[in-house]
Amino acid sequence: MENLIGLLVAAPLLGAAVLLCGGRRLDRTGHYLGTVLAGASFVIGAVLFADMLGRGEHDRALHSQVFSWIPVGGFRADVAFQLDQLSMTFVLLISGVGTLIHIYSIGYMEHDERRRRFFGYLNLFLAAMLLLVLADNYLLLYVGWEGVGLASYLLIGFWQHKPSAATAAKKAFIVNRVGDMGLSIAIMLMFTTFGTFAFAPVLANAEDAGEGKLTAIGLMLLLAACGKSAQVPLQSWLGDAMEGPTPVSALIHAATMVTAGVYLITRSGAIFNAAPDAQAAVVAVGAVTLLFGAIVGCAKDDIKKALAGSTMSQIGYMILAAGLGPIGYVFAIMHLVTHGFFKAGLFLGAGSVMHGMNDEVDMRKYGGLRKYMPVTFVTFGLGYLAIIGFPGLSGFWSKDKIIEAAFAKGGTEGWILGGAALLGAAITAYYMTRVMLMTFFGEKRWERDAQGNEPHPHESPKSMTIPMVVLAFGSVFAGGLFSLNDAFLKWLEPVTGHSHGHSPLSAATVTAGTMVVLAIGVALAWAQYGRRPVPRTAPRGSLLTRAARRDLLQDDFNHVALVQPGRYLTRGLVYVDHKLVDGVVNGTAAGVGGLSGRLRKLQNGYARTYAVSMFGGTAVLIAATLLMRAV
Amino acid sequence: MNPVNYLYLAALLFTIGAAGVVIRRNAIVLFMCVELMLNACNLAFVTFSRLHGNLDGQIIAFFTMVVAAAEVVVGLAIIVTVFRSRHSASVDDASLMKL
Repeated sequence: MENLIGLLVAAPLLGAAVLLCGGRRLDRTGHYLGTVLAGASFVIGAVLFADMLGRGEHDRALHSQVFSWIPVGGFRADVAFQLDQLSMTFVLLISGVGTLIHIYSIGYMEHDERRRRFFGYLNLFLAAMLLLVLADNYLLLYVGWEGVGLASYLLIGFWQHKPSAATAAKKAFIVNRVGDMGLSIAIMLMFTTFGTFAFAPVLANAEDAGEGKLTAIGLMLLLAACGKSAQVPLQSWLGDAMEGPTPVSALIHAATMVTAGVYLITRSGAIFNAAPDAQAAVVAVGAVTLLFGAIVGCAKDDIKKALAGSTMSQIGYMILAAGLGPIGYVFAIMHLVTHGFFKAGLFLGAGSVMHGMNDEVDMRKYGGLRKYMPVTFVTFGLGYLAIIGFPGLSGFWSKDKIIEAAFAKGGTEGWILGGAALLGAAITAYYMTRVMLMTFFGEKRWERDAQGNEPHPHESPKSMTIPMVVLAFGSVFAGGLFSLNDAFLKWLEPVTGHSHGHSPLSAATVTAGTMVVLAIGVALAWAQYGRRPVPRTAPRGSLLTRAARRDLLQDDFNHVALVQPGRYLTRGLVYVDHKLVDGVVNGTAAGVGGLSGRLRKLQNGYARTYAVSMFGGTAVLIAATLLMRAV
Repeated sequence: MNPVNYLYLAALLFTIGAAGVVIRRNAIVLFMCVELMLNACNLAFVTFSRLHGNLDGQIIAFFTMVVAAAEVVVGLAIIVTVFRSRHSASVDDASLMKL
């Protein structure tokens, strides 16, 4: 069984290699190859899952050493995989949703002449992401971490002929680099503290390391998580990342890659448990981001950007839960999985709408689409109900638990966090209802574009609707299934640990409160977008709306706080380089040149001059010798 | 006669030779001045040999003569060749340095 683990990564990696090196002859069949290999990964994952279920809960983890990667003196890095319940959960989510999105892409990318390359990149992403969650040490995890960053860059910029896409790709890459710096520093700190960076010894010895060091490691890991998971303050890239094709937004920027930060924090739980300061920072980042993303989501008219804000906000929930420690790890992962289903479904639905509407993304130009796209409407609607936490659907089970856990943190902190989570739930209900109403309800608002083409909304082909239906099933049932007998809790507890906090509110009160804020959010959105017709051009809006349309001024902030000082710094450095460094170098050269020009005059070619210098030299030598003797 | 006088003579000859090398331009004269310096040295060697009562200086004087003879052969050959190609025995004309 252990040998199968390597195959999980190898299958999509093979696909990427074949598709990217195979050339044009694979243009017609490449997408099938990519899909089959992604499916193969899922099947292997399912086999391993069945095998894992057959074993007792404490010997479920499998370990597989592939080869020794960098053995240098006392330094040892292995390519080795570890498959425990946490990795297993991710493997199934990644390969499952990944396969569905491969199938969807066959239809979505049908008219793109670079479809083969697209599938190559998707396979590369799957391989890197699986490597990330299967690695048994932080260094190999880092390889996967960079791999998904690369795939994300390539896919955001897939339509590189659009300057906006090329810029968005660069932005994502650069912002992620800041986070990656955090991860590499964390790994270095681990090596100096523990002498190793394999999960097992690091996490087992975490408590003995001293709180100061653990806090430093924890904060660096948090920085890494912020970059990859688009959390404040490194959130600015996710909105622009929507320039990529929609399946990419669904797979990478909603369901899987952006959750890598949650995985990292949960996996490093032992470090955070022993570093309360780092944990507090994690919680703060989560709480701020869940509100930040939600507010941004409320103001966007671009359907994908509204969903991107929502993704940011939902990952904020997960980070918040992960920062709560053992009370929250399980629920963070549970929300991650259910979110993987409904958010991927929502994005695929958005892609389907765009597919039928000539790639129009402005929701103000949709309206009344439920009649034209029934399957998209129903699947999107189920995803919508799941994300707002409608009772019984997936999001309800996982989000409710997180809100409960936030209150259970206790004290003033618990009230603040719980309040933020509740407020977030209300805003989620508001903006998702807004998206729903603007897209599928009301009057039709589309008209002829500049070229005189009128969109003819139509249902998408089977290859696109089937994955949406499957994901809709997941959105409806996954949460309930996980909560049946606390199945998910029991499944993950051996890895992450679990403790019940002391909530000042009963579970029923929290649920009731969630329902109330949910109803308020939906009602507000209906009052604004359901009862009245939606204007085709966006109204000016309040100060907050205008700020939220500009992503709450995140880019302006980055520009003023980071880009401008950076520019001044580089300008100053260039000045110093030109004047000082170049001055010294050029001065030395000029000095040597001038000196040698003068020394050259001594070599005049007249024998007598040389003779004189010989005589002079001899005279000096003799004089010196005599002088030395005299002394 | 006091042997030290020979040393004065050797020093005088050497100075004349050295001054000739530095001042004159004709290659032949230059060459003769070099010979003069060599012979001044020989004289000094022989005188010291006499003063110290051993034969070392005289032996070295023979060596010097052999080397000088060889040098004359090579040196004259060069001077003749230069003269043939440039029609001048002036050492200054033989300088090809760019200044």
